Amino acid sequence: MKHEIVEKNLGLMIVLIIFTISGGFLAEVVPLFFLDETNEPVEGLEPLSALELEGRDIYIREGCHVCHTQQIRPFRAETERYGHYSVAGEFVYDRPFLWGSKRTGPDLARVGGRYSDAWQRQHLYDPRSVVPESNMPAFPWLFENRIDHTSTESKLETLQTLGVPYTDEQVAGAADEVRGKFEIEALVAYLQQLGTVISDKR
Amino acid sequence: MSTFWSIWISVIVLGTVFGCWWLLYATRKGQTTDTETNKTVGHSFDGIEEYDNPLPKWWYYLFIATCVFALGYLALYPGLGNYKGLLGWTAENQWQAEMQQADARYGELYAKFGDTPVAELAENDDAMKMGQRLFANNCAVCHGSAGRGSLGFPNLTDDDWLYGGDPDTILTTLHQGRNGNMPAKGMMPGMTSDQIDQVVNYVLSFSDRAKDEEAAAKGEQVFAQACSACHGENGKGNQAMGAPNLTDNTWLYGSTYEWIKETVVNGRANQMPAQGGRLSDDQIQILAAYVYSLSN
Repeated sequence: MKHEIVEKNLGLMIVLIIFTISGGFLAEVVPLFFLDETNEPVEGLEPLSALELEGRDIYIREGCHVCHTQQIRPFRAETERYGHYSVAGEFVYDRPFLWGSKRTGPDLARVGGRYSDAWQRQHLYDPRSVVPESNMPAFPWLFENRIDHTSTESKLETLQTLGVPYTDEQVAGAADEVRGKFEIEALVAYLQQLGTVISDKR
Repeated sequence: MSTFWSIWISVIVLGTVFGCWWLLYATRKGQTTDTETNKTVGHSFDGIEEYDNPLPKWWYYLFIATCVFALGYLALYPGLGNYKGLLGWTAENQWQAEMQQADARYGELYAKFGDTPVAELAENDDAMKMGQRLFANNCAVCHGSAGRGSLGFPNLTDDDWLYGGDPDTILTTLHQGRNGNMPAKGMMPGMTSDQIDQVVNYVLSFSDRAKDEEAAAKGEQVFAQACSACHGENGKGNQAMGAPNLTDNTWLYGSTYEWIKETVVNGRANQMPAQGGRLSDDQIQILAAYVYSLSN
């Protein structure tokens, strides 16, 4: 084939480039949209409550996922420390997932129930008061700000449209569930349910 | 995975490998690797021309090698749909193998320590080294790396225990966790602000620090009604309920007037999470011995 033909026909070049770079996506990503392993929730998985969902949005807003992963890989070193490795079925309601890609702090995939609510609050208010060697930033404003309940309902509704099995009652009651609560309550509620569907002794 | 997706993946993956191969051949234009000439591709930009030479040999063969490597990899590892690969490798298998290897190495040791009574185990240096690691990993986040605790999280190195420091109680605490809950204003939800001041002074008087002796005297009655059910008539606490002794000089939530007032007004709630569902019995045995050793 002559290079010249490709180089001088921009339209053809665009088509060929798209064709070339889509191979990985078509083979590695597209099938996942249709596989049971990635679409079926693990047994007992429930969609996040309105409060937990708001907590998740605070988690995203504060950038927790930048320093904390939510994915335990199947290595002994990880399962000994964090618990059972993560499986795809745990994340089917996560949009988007918060697996993260870098651990400055520890993995949080199974942090739920690992520490008490009081510890989580203390630690988020002033990390070094409980873990002196920690370099995590403090988040004191979570204790002053109330949750913005005005968009909670539409958040649940959007997820419902995307296939998360919220009932209409849950959507309708979403705003009332979070109204007037502090952001810290939502974040702790979110953290305390992380990874609790699968439990396994190490 | 259905047959359709299996074939879909295999076709794309192999198609990509052979596509690369084809591209490599197709763009050689009949040149072999040693036919270097002075021929240019024919264009000139500001007098700069481009030779029309084939890829250097090493480069060309590296390309071929990557294609061969890809095929070898796909034969050995699962990369083509449902094909399992000649090695039968899976991430799960690899993890199982790691766990078995560790079990072969440490299993016996764990079992031996797991059967040793806590007090005896606390004297064993090897077990305590393991205990220290386990403690650092699982307990230090709340109780501190030296076990000294912090505000709201008990110090494990002193002789003061909320639920008791004998081996069996430590084991129970570790296995089942603890749920500490002091209700706001104790058993007296209608406590007035005067009464709060009195009872705080009364609590301070246990350690001779009452700010206002008169109020402290009145506080005795309030204490009897609101607090004594858990903390005992004389404030010595009750380990069966995890109610702290208020007469010693150990304070979980601060010892000043302001702190005690805060505790009385809002109550306190905290949990020690149960470890029974997360750690093996042997690991808990070792941990219990380590905790025991911190104060014995």
